[in-house]
Amino acid sequence: MAKKFKTSIVTANDLLTGDVVYLTAAGDWSLRHGDAELLTEEAQAQTLLRAAEEQYDQVVGPYLAEAEPGPDGARPIHFREAFRARGPSNYPHGKQAQG
Amino acid sequence: MYQYDDFDDTFVRERVEIFRSQVARRLDGSLTEDEFKPLRLQNGLYLQLHAYMLRVAIPYGTLSSRQMRQLAMIAERWDKGYGHFTTRQNIQFNWPKLRDVPDILGALADVGMHAIQTSGNCVRNVTADHFAGAAADEIEDPRPTAELVRQWSTDHPEFAFLPRKFKIAVSGSPNDRAVTKSHDIGLRMVLNDAGEPGYEVSVGGGLGRTPILAQVIRRFLPKADLLPYLEAILQVYNLRGRRDNKHKARLKIVLHEHGLEQVRLWVEEAFQAQRTLFTPPDDLIRKIAASFTEPQWKDAPVPPVLSPGVAQFLRTNVARHKRLDHAIVTVSLKARGETPGDATAEQMRVLANLAERYSHDELRISHEQNVILPHVHRADLAAVHAALERVGLATPNAGLISDIISCPGMDYCALATARSIPVAKGIAEAFADMARQRDIGGLKIKISGCINACGHHHVGHIGILGLEKAGVESYQVTLGGDGTETAAIGERAGPGFSADEIVPAVERLVEAYLALRASRDETFIRTYRRLGAQPFKDALYPEVKSDAA
Ligand code: SF4
Repeated sequence: MAKKFKTSIVTANDLLTGDVVYLTAAGDWSLRHGDAELLTEEAQAQTLLRAAEEQYDQVVGPYLAEAEPGPDGARPIHFREAFRARGPSNYPHGKQAQG
Repeated sequence: MYQYDDFDDTFVRERVEIFRSQVARRLDGSLTEDEFKPLRLQNGLYLQLHAYMLRVAIPYGTLSSRQMRQLAMIAERWDKGYGHFTTRQNIQFNWPKLRDVPDILGALADVGMHAIQTSGNCVRNVTADHFAGAAADEIEDPRPTAELVRQWSTDHPEFAFLPRKFKIAVSGSPNDRAVTKSHDIGLRMVLNDAGEPGYEVSVGGGLGRTPILAQVIRRFLPKADLLPYLEAILQVYNLRGRRDNKHKARLKIVLHEHGLEQVRLWVEEAFQAQRTLFTPPDDLIRKIAASFTEPQWKDAPVPPVLSPGVAQFLRTNVARHKRLDHAIVTVSLKARGETPGDATAEQMRVLANLAERYSHDELRISHEQNVILPHVHRADLAAVHAALERVGLATPNAGLISDIISCPGMDYCALATARSIPVAKGIAEAFADMARQRDIGGLKIKISGCINACGHHHVGHIGILGLEKAGVESYQVTLGGDGTETAAIGERAGPGFSADEIVPAVERLVEAYLALRASRDETFIRTYRRLGAQPFKDALYPEVKSDAA
């Protein structure tokens, strides 16, 4: 049985840096999870994902990740996405360093 | 040490330039990611959770000072000032930028290194005993064998697309420090009845989803037959290995499905055919052997050890050398609060300087994620200890409970199901008291962040596997594993523990051991073998025990 669609964002890694990036409502890529556009409709999410896949000169491996509204914009649901949004826990070398 | 000749140098530099043009084509949009991915992986470049990761081969874990300095330079110039040494005796850089990778590979080529075959379904970096050439119990230095295997397997056209990755380990000693039983092929140097050295060949070992120990396929293989015999095993695997299911594609599954006897027949048949076609590469073997001649040993009196700090370091981190006046120093990369296997550029430089000055220019990376200074004269131990102390590298915990193997887990790895580094750090913190660690004695904890088992958890005395359960990290414990010559796969203890529960669970195990051991000399694994799993399970799951009572 296909998994029921839940509110999601489009995320990928930046081609040059490998940084985790998020697709915003303006159609560009942001480093902040909070900037990601929350997509409530499955059809729209799939369309945007396909469009992201076409941007292979900018990003690598786009996919949909479940997210929910938070006080500071979209926030991750799964712990893996929370780690991607934050950076590694052993050094402030990921997003932590960027404030 | 083996030095690249013109052929090696040209080959590696050509590969760098090929990759440079591939990166340029990826960046200008001529290559899609689907087209580029296999190309970058052939050059050791992965995309991990937060960034690219470059995995660099350290053949059989051996490095010169110059090479270590270059790794430090790369860490500083193109990464975030550190590198991560892995259980495969490789180094991983966690933050390279795609555009810089060809330059990094060029810098590696400058010191006779590369990242080729550190990924993909090919023969991977050959690993060996990290005490090679120095160990007191050694029959022969395994590195000439490992170098021969490296040259044979590098860019071997027939074996570039095997059913799955293929790992070979070599040990020159009866004491197995190279975990040979968990490799596709494990070569262990042995003597035959005539006293000639050869190999006991084991096949089909592997951890991961289906942990299986390698089985002996040949009790004694003369040294001269090594390459045709390896060629035969690889041919059989290439033909018989399953390509329909990634999880059943390793050599261990061929053994499992067809049985050792059948595989032996196939290998012997292929071997006989190979042998007639094969011209022994005597010149090459002589050239390789000449690269591993013994250093000019220093001759000096051995002074008594006066400082208690040095004496303590000697007890844990210094092993017997084949020469009584020398010693093997294990530099622990497991200081309290640090990430297992990580070294900063500054630490790498200090290690390079120490190797140059005190260890005949040699360093080794152990699969236990430590750095070895293999040939230190005993008169120099106090100076080496003092220099290590200044950069936080003198932790006297080699082989103790805080000398933990940990894979990068979900802090970096895209395949991970849970984090491992915080668990390793949590355990090290809980047992920070060095006197308590010494009282506990030798205990190997190994942690993997997913079922792929890069952290060797199946062969940890206490193994920890990070999984996901109901949307949170969950840690499964295995008990009684062993990666040495008495190899064993650990037994799963029971239900997993949450991230908050796993460190206390390990503490309960250790408390149980301390209460159960017959004497201070009985290590954790021996107590476990004497009593079996049950008393340890009772300690792990006290509520189950009280329910049953
Ligand atoms: S065991 Fe899993 S999480 Fe750990 S490094 Fe290997 S693949 Fe990654």
